[in-house]
Amino acid sequence: MLIWIALTALLLFSAATYMAARRKAVAATGGKPVLLHSLPGYYGSYAALWVGAPAALLILLFAMFGGRMEEALLRADPPAAVQALTAPQQDVFFDDARAIAHGGQPSETIYEGDLKTALDAKAAKAAHLQNLIQYGSVALGALLALAGIMIAYPRIGPQFRARNKVEGWIAGLFIACSVTAILTTAGIVASLVWESWRFFQAVPIHEFLFGMEWNPQIAMRADQYAGTGAFGAVPLFVGTFLIMMIAMLVAAPIGLYSAIYLSEYASPLTRSVVKPLLEILAGVPTVVYGFFAALTVGPIFRSFFNWIGAQLVGGSFDGLGQYLMQVQNQMALVAGAVMGIMLIPFVSSLSDDIINAVPQSLRDGSLAMGATRSETVKKVVLPAALPGIMAALLLAVSRAVGETMIVTMAAGLQAKTTLNPLDTVTTVTVQIVTLLTGDQEFDSPKTLSAFGLGLTLFVVTLMLNIIALRIVQKYREQYD
Amino acid sequence: MPSQRDDSIAHDTVAPVHIAVDRAHASQPAGPIKIRARDVNVFYGDKQALFDVSLDVPENSVTALIGPSGCGKSTFLRSINRMNDTIPGCKVTGRIELDGEDVNDRSIDPVVLRARVGMVFQKPNPFPKTIFENVAYGPRIHGIATGKAELEEIVERSLKRAGLWAEVADRLHQPGTGLSGGQQQRLVIARAIAVSPEVILMDEPCSALDPIATARIEELIDELRNQYCIVIVTHSMAQAARVSQKTAFFHLGKLVEAGPTGEIFTNPRDSRTQDYITGRFG
Repeated sequence: MLIWIALTALLLFSAATYMAARRKAVAATGGKPVLLHSLPGYYGSYAALWVGAPAALLILLFAMFGGRMEEALLRADPPAAVQALTAPQQDVFFDDARAIAHGGQPSETIYEGDLKTALDAKAAKAAHLQNLIQYGSVALGALLALAGIMIAYPRIGPQFRARNKVEGWIAGLFIACSVTAILTTAGIVASLVWESWRFFQAVPIHEFLFGMEWNPQIAMRADQYAGTGAFGAVPLFVGTFLIMMIAMLVAAPIGLYSAIYLSEYASPLTRSVVKPLLEILAGVPTVVYGFFAALTVGPIFRSFFNWIGAQLVGGSFDGLGQYLMQVQNQMALVAGAVMGIMLIPFVSSLSDDIINAVPQSLRDGSLAMGATRSETVKKVVLPAALPGIMAALLLAVSRAVGETMIVTMAAGLQAKTTLNPLDTVTTVTVQIVTLLTGDQEFDSPKTLSAFGLGLTLFVVTLMLNIIALRIVQKYREQYD
Repeated sequence: MPSQRDDSIAHDTVAPVHIAVDRAHASQPAGPIKIRARDVNVFYGDKQALFDVSLDVPENSVTALIGPSGCGKSTFLRSINRMNDTIPGCKVTGRIELDGEDVNDRSIDPVVLRARVGMVFQKPNPFPKTIFENVAYGPRIHGIATGKAELEEIVERSLKRAGLWAEVADRLHQPGTGLSGGQQQRLVIARAIAVSPEVILMDEPCSALDPIATARIEELIDELRNQYCIVIVTHSMAQAARVSQKTAFFHLGKLVEAGPTGEIFTNPRDSRTQDYITGRFG
C-alpha cells in the first residue's frame, strides 16, 4: 500500500518537474522555443526522467527484495534456544515469527518457554524491520528524486542537448529489455547444464549416450543402485529419429510441392485463398493434432493394417499377416504422419518465402530463352532456392525433434530400439514429460535424467538451427 | 546535348548491306522487314499502355526505341517475344508479324517463339550457375547440341561472339555471378545468342553499366547486327544515335515518329521528337 502511494506521489512529482523544466527551457529563450537545441518536451522529459526513474527503480527493487533483506536481518543473531533447533526447525521458527508479525498463518508448532519468548521477540523485530525497510525505501526514493531534480534542473538551458540525453535514456531501456531476454536464456541453459552435470555424476555420460536400455523406473527402488544401465538413451534417440524421419517424409514433399505451386503456378487469386488456408493448419494447437492422432488416425491405421493382416493370414505371407493382425493404435507411423501434417505449413510457408526471394529477373531470363515454366522452375528457380529450402527443412527437423504433444498421445511410452514404423516407440520429449509430471524428488537420477535428455535435445536443435541459419545467411548474400 | 549531333551519325544512316554466311535466313539481302507491327494495343488490366503502334523493323540492323520513362517502349519490346504473357492481366491486341507470321496466333508456341527471339534485360541476370552452364542453358533445354563436344563448341563460339571469351576462357566453371556488371551483361548476351535466335531484343542493356562497359556493349551490338535483327530500348539518345540505323520515338504510349536514325536526330518531323532529342523534356 505504502509503495503504491509512494509511486503515485513520485509520478505526480515527475509530471510537475516535466512542466517546470519545459517552462524554464521556453522561458530561457524569451518565448521563442525555436532557439532551443531540442523541442521543449525533451527538456521536460529529461528532468522528469532524472526525478522519476532512479527513485522508482529503487523503490521497486526494495519491494522485490525487501522480504529477503528482512529475513536475513531477522536471522542475524539467533537466541541460544533457537540455535539448539535443527536447520529445518529453525526455518519453521523464523517463518512463524514473520507470519505472526505480518498477520499470516503460522504453522501448528507449539513453542514454549524460552522459545516462546524468542518467538515473540523475533515477531516484534520482524514487524519493526518491515516498517524500517518500507519507510526507508520510500525515504531513500524521495532523496533520490530530490537529488535528481538538483542535478537536472540547473542544466536546463537553450544550449543544453536534452534530446540526445533523453534518447540515451530510451536506448538504455531498450538495452535492458534485450539483456533480460539474453539473461533468461543463459539462465535456462545454465540450469540445464548444472542439473545434467549432477545427473552425469550418477550415470556416466557414455552410458547415457550409448546405452541400449532405457528403464528409469529402476531408480525408484531404494535397494537398487541407480545408474546400472537403465539410463541408456539410445532407444529414445532412435524413436525420436524414426518419428522425425516419417514426419519429414510427409512434410517435405507435400510442403515443398505446395510451395512451388503457390509461388510459381497459382494465380494471384488462388494464392490469396490457398495460402491463408494452409496457414490455418499452422494455427492448430499441437494438442489437437495429438488427439486427432490418438483417436482418429491411430484407429484408422490399426484397422487398415489389421485388415491387410487378415487377408494375408494363411497365405504365403502368413507370418507378416499374423504380425499385422496385432498392430496397436499407438505406433510411430501415426505419430510421424500427423506430425508431418503439422509441419506442412511450416515447410511450405518458409519455402514459399525462399522461392519468392529468387529474383524475378532470373525467371524472366530463363523464360526469354524459350524455357518452359517447368524447365525454369527445375533448372533455375529451385537450384537458386535450394540452400534456403535445405535450411527450411532443417528448421522443420528441429521442430519435429522437439515436438512433444503428438508423440505423447500417439507414439506410446515403450522404449524400444526399432526402426519398424508399425511398432510403438517413445521419444526424448515424451520421456521428459513422463519423468517430470506428478510428484517428484529432485535428487534421484530418474528425475535428473530428464535434464540430461533436455540438454541433449537442446544441443541437437541448437546445432540444427545454427546450421540452418548459416545456410540461409549464405544464400542471402548471393543476391543482395 | 550537342554530342548527339555528331557527324558520325550521318555515315550510319543507311543500313549497310551485310551477308552472313552461316545463317540461312541471312542470305537474303539486308533491309527486308523482319518484324512488322500493326495497330498494337497493350493493356495492363484497365490501363492502356500502348495505342495503335505500327512499326516495321528491318532485318540485319539495329532499331532503337527511345522516349521518356513510361512511354511504352519496353512494353512494345516485350510484346514481340510475348514476355507480356507472364504478367497477369496483360492483354495485347493487333498484329505483330515475325517473318509474316503473327506471333500472337494460337498456332505459335511462345516457348518456340522465344527461342527465335532472344532477349537481354536491363539488369544483367546471369543464373546462379557457372559461366559455362549459363551459356549452355539454352542449347540444353532446346536439345541443340548432340554431344558434349558440340555443346562446348557452341559455348565457346557464343562467348567469342559476345567478346567475352578472352576474359573467361580460363574460368568457365566459376559462377557467372562473380563477373563484373559489364562482363555479366556480355555473358547474358552470349547466353542469348547460344540458341541462334533471329532477333535479339535489348531492354536498356547498358543502364546498369559504367561508360567503359557501355562502350564495350555498344561495339558488340554493332558487330552483332551483321547476323541478327536487333531491337534496343534505350534512355540514352547518344547511344541510340551511335548504335542504331532506325529509331522510333514513343511518347505516352503512342509511336510518334520512326525513321532512319540520322533523319530522326537531324531533321525530326514532329515537334515532340524535336523537343525530346534536344533535351527540352523527358
